Amino acid sequence: MARKLLLTNINVPGINTFDVYRANGGYASVEKALKTMSPDEIVEEVKKSGLRGRGGAGFPTGMKWSFLAKPEGVARYLVCNADESEPGTFKDRYLMTYIPHLLIEGMIVASFALGAKTSYIYVRGEMMPQIRILEKAIAEAKNKGFLGKNILGTGYDLELYVQPGGGAYICGEETALLESLEGKRGNPRIKPPFPAIAGLYGCPTVVNNVESIAAVVPIINEGGEEYAKIGIGRSTGTKLISAGGNVKNPGVYEIDLGLPVEEFLYSDEYCGGIANGKRLKAVVAGGSSVPILPANLFLKTINNEPRLMSYESLADGGFVSGTMLGSGGFIAYDEDQCIVRNTWNFTRFYHHESCGQCSPCREGTGWMEKVLHRLEHGHGKLSDMDLLVDVSKKIEGNTICPLGDAAAWPVASAIRHFRDEFEWHVTNGAEAVTRNFGLAHYADPLPKKEETVA
Amino acid sequence: MLRVDEQQQEVTFSPELVKQFDDIVSRYPAGKQKSALLPILHLVQAEYGWLSSKAMDKVAEYLKIQDIEVYEVATFYSMYFMRPQGKYVLEVCRTGPCGIVGAEKIMDHIEQTLGVKEGEVTSDGLFSWRGVECLAACGYGPVLQIGPEYTFYENLTNQSVDALIADLKVKARN
Repeated sequence: MARKLLLTNINVPGINTFDVYRANGGYASVEKALKTMSPDEIVEEVKKSGLRGRGGAGFPTGMKWSFLAKPEGVARYLVCNADESEPGTFKDRYLMTYIPHLLIEGMIVASFALGAKTSYIYVRGEMMPQIRILEKAIAEAKNKGFLGKNILGTGYDLELYVQPGGGAYICGEETALLESLEGKRGNPRIKPPFPAIAGLYGCPTVVNNVESIAAVVPIINEGGEEYAKIGIGRSTGTKLISAGGNVKNPGVYEIDLGLPVEEFLYSDEYCGGIANGKRLKAVVAGGSSVPILPANLFLKTINNEPRLMSYESLADGGFVSGTMLGSGGFIAYDEDQCIVRNTWNFTRFYHHESCGQCSPCREGTGWMEKVLHRLEHGHGKLSDMDLLVDVSKKIEGNTICPLGDAAAWPVASAIRHFRDEFEWHVTNGAEAVTRNFGLAHYADPLPKKEETVA
Repeated sequence: MLRVDEQQQEVTFSPELVKQFDDIVSRYPAGKQKSALLPILHLVQAEYGWLSSKAMDKVAEYLKIQDIEVYEVATFYSMYFMRPQGKYVLEVCRTGPCGIVGAEKIMDHIEQTLGVKEGEVTSDGLFSWRGVECLAACGYGPVLQIGPEYTFYENLTNQSVDALIADLKVKARN
């Protein structure tokens, strides 16, 4: 059983209330940080931990914090990104629903480290129940003296507010989130200036994912070096993985980074294999934006080494034969799934969610959606695959924010790895409407796991 | 888009609602009251079921911003309704992971059961439905949500959808 840092007490009855959370060691990091550490020491611990942003980009959190400008007399802000909308990802919802005080605790420590007097948790509007949960948790913490004026008698003041979004994937991009928090359309800003210099209301701002903020709690409690001992290489600590799609046991799992993907997918402690005794066809390992991999390339790298759940191992082979850990949105596809249909579905999503600022993304996503729609419905042409790759290349890298890349990668990777399935949709158009391509040669090379495990 | 055919009623926010607005505005620094726009629009929609242009004009007046600043935000975000909806709006996630576990079949079933197409309102005014993009509940799909509380219904089957619709009909009568 792997060691848990974030979800240790997730099953303790009443852990969503302040009293139970506190009785189980909660808010110890606030006492330690505010009473015995300086803000710079906290930043240093987070740097030592090697914690990388858990929202998807994987940028070192401590480094992000150290970039924060600190001009005299100007307010600084910490904003928590709880806009969780990357298809496949539902870990932040889980964390906020069941152990909301962990996020509040992390927000207090992180705000203190950054010198923020007012902090916001921006939660996607659809998570209204989670917003109510967080507001209740904040009220409890404030009532007990962990928020508000002169926290624990240390002289540090902090107000924490929850801000609902309005339903827009793009607001997960940090500058779009800040625009939205200012009451505007979620159009990403041109960088530089980065939020660390000019963020919310033009003031220095740090934006961190829910899980990154939560991870600050064990880092402060146990020290950055202890945290860094977990994991492998530059992938330190634990990571919440949202497992969905055709796995037997969907849910949120906390893993030590570096866990072999085979173990994650097939052991009963985690996904428990593929549902209904079917075979694995493909995996999207880190949310819909990362390249999709066929089963064989997912389980083993091109050099035939077992792949691990880490930033580096999943990226092994670059985009030719690798993918990304991303947000940890893990989607498994069984033998009955159609890659063309799935790619069309994802592209429709990106077209719907493009903010419309940059032409390549606004026009390109719609174009790709139309071409994929006709391929899926048996009206495609053999030249369509090259057309899709061409359009995706013209989006990638040519937009203000990474939504363009996020829309381009799933299409380019699906065609790279599943080209014959796309071609079959053209050459067997009528048949493609009535049945799926099947597993073909994409099956994982491993013996059928259901038998070996049982 | 903002002008719907229905006769729009004059909008006056109740003192209780305005008090909630004031509370939200107090979360931001002085002069940054526009930050309250998204939360206030949620409250207004919860009150009236949708955002009429008259309601949005009143929000602009309250926040001391231009009407267009409200319209451009309300039309950008997918949660705000620009025309009247059923009392209960069933919003089914249709993206990737929910798609591969049967979201489309659930939407077909809802369409048949309610007898209205996506975006239309049933003749009794109780229901409308639509497909929406990823709701971050991918492990529990298919899922749907119902505002204004955005209650979640997970692992949907045709039977559980039927039961839900029956429950809501009873709830609406009481």
